[in-house]
Amino acid sequence: MTAAPQVRTLPLAEPRTRAPRSPARRREGLTAFLFLAPFLAVYLLFLIYPFFKGIWISLHDWDLMDDSIREWWGFLNYSDLWADPIFWQATRNTLYFVALTVPSMTVLSLLLALAVSGGGRVRAVCRTIFLMSSVFSVTVVTLIWTMVLSTDRGLIAPVFQALGFEPINFLGSPTWAMPSLTVTTLWWGVGLPMALFLAALGAIPRELYEAAELDHASRWTVFWRITLPSIRHTLVLVLILQIVGQFQIFGQAQLMTNGGPSGMTRTLVLYIYDTAFRDWLVGYAAAIALALFAMMFLFSMLQLWLGRRGEES
Amino acid sequence: MSAAATRSGARLWVDRLLVAVTALVALLWILPVVWVLAMSLKPNEVLQRSTWGFVPTPFTLDNYISLFRVSQVPRWLMNSAIVAVVMTVAVLVVSSLAGYAFARLRFPFKRTLFVLMIAGLMIPEQAVFLPLHQMFADWGVHNTHFSLVTPRVAVPIGVFLMMQFFRAVPKELEEAAELDHASRFTIFWKIMLPLSLPALTTLGLFTFIHAWNDFLWPLVSATRADMYTVTLGLGSIQGNFAQSLGLGSMMASAVFASIPIVVLFLIFQRYIVAGVAMSAGK
Repeated sequence: MTAAPQVRTLPLAEPRTRAPRSPARRREGLTAFLFLAPFLAVYLLFLIYPFFKGIWISLHDWDLMDDSIREWWGFLNYSDLWADPIFWQATRNTLYFVALTVPSMTVLSLLLALAVSGGGRVRAVCRTIFLMSSVFSVTVVTLIWTMVLSTDRGLIAPVFQALGFEPINFLGSPTWAMPSLTVTTLWWGVGLPMALFLAALGAIPRELYEAAELDHASRWTVFWRITLPSIRHTLVLVLILQIVGQFQIFGQAQLMTNGGPSGMTRTLVLYIYDTAFRDWLVGYAAAIALALFAMMFLFSMLQLWLGRRGEES
Repeated sequence: MSAAATRSGARLWVDRLLVAVTALVALLWILPVVWVLAMSLKPNEVLQRSTWGFVPTPFTLDNYISLFRVSQVPRWLMNSAIVAVVMTVAVLVVSSLAGYAFARLRFPFKRTLFVLMIAGLMIPEQAVFLPLHQMFADWGVHNTHFSLVTPRVAVPIGVFLMMQFFRAVPKELEEAAELDHASRFTIFWKIMLPLSLPALTTLGLFTFIHAWNDFLWPLVSATRADMYTVTLGLGSIQGNFAQSLGLGSMMASAVFASIPIVVLFLIFQRYIVAGVAMSAGK
């Protein structure tokens, strides 16, 4: 999960004295080290070291299998990247997917949260249904939706035919392929942002609504004047989490369209995967991966910045 | 009848209408799942003619039986179970130990280490999976359970959640034990861990679900079909869509791949919702 927590409460308000350490202090330090050791070991070995090794690899001509191809190239991979039309196409595709998915996911999850918040058995069952689709694996979700969208065996084509329309080959059409991936992703991912909104809605003080009722405010007014301002932090959080999350789209594009038709759904992660494991150009793939990381890092920074600004206001 | 009563009567009707619309949307939402379930219970010959229909008539269990007789699905399920259980236990141990140290112990470079850990949250999987693949290739350990589990044990978010939880535990509970000269580990094991069962459950559930559904890393690390997880295996049979395996069997594999996760979800839904709220920094 890429849910970066809001780093608001640093636990570090301890006096930083340079006083000589008592044996008890030293023993506590040793104990702390033992408690931390397992985490530090896996963390350094499987996250920090690979991150820097990735930078190192990106500066080489690095073959996937052949150990003898490890030639220092400096920034050649990066200058190739800059001139690579497929990289820019993949970047555009990824941004297009993010632009399609993030606003629709945010609006849909908020609407569903408003619809299912509150008491009653029907609402509880609906909550469970909307949440449940997000525990399926990406391969189950793509299997379901490849079938649903299929022209000869799907669920949508017969409806089109019954209404007198020509069925659309959604996944094979340059226009509809990406929106199809978005619909699939909405169905898969709406549960978590909905749960975030539900938590935020539950935290709004009841008195605000009671006061609005006394004023005979309409539902519409109540939503714009009370509900939306009260959940604005969650709204920002959902937006940022969605942007960072949807940037990483891979499984849907690989399994449903494999980047097609004619590269229209080739996303950045799919391009990284193909470059490394189909073309064996690991050095170049690592350079693309770092470019992707840089884009996502910008959005993470935006999250911190907005979080801090929200704190001040 | 007063104006206010009419008004609240109208509100009630609007409420009922909204609930009805929501229920309809929920029905549409779950329809694809019902459809897949129905297909998994129909004979392949029938599905070749038509896939339409949400009730499995004619009914058969052949798809499920054939999965166990001829396919590798049971093997994949076993791999998934091993990977998910080991990963969950490892994440819980590593995160709760480190979380306790950050929450309660004084040690040098605490601030530096904490910032370093938070920085790790910024590193996405896609930035490290290529070098990890090279490391595991150098060690010659691809296609093992070890390689499927270990890169996923270092999760800063787990440490962070456990730390937040431990910090909320009143210090007095520990101080009593300290007076009895209990060691730090005894305090952690006997007092803190039992108290943190809700946090452990939440973190464990999220880890298990992620392990079960993990796709990118298993895709590059497990290249032999007998080391696939069920998530990966299901991806591999989608490649040759309904060729070797009948449509019904494919749907049955999808159902099998989802049952453990859906059951866990239905039992522990409360904890999953709590976990979402917690990850929002609440």
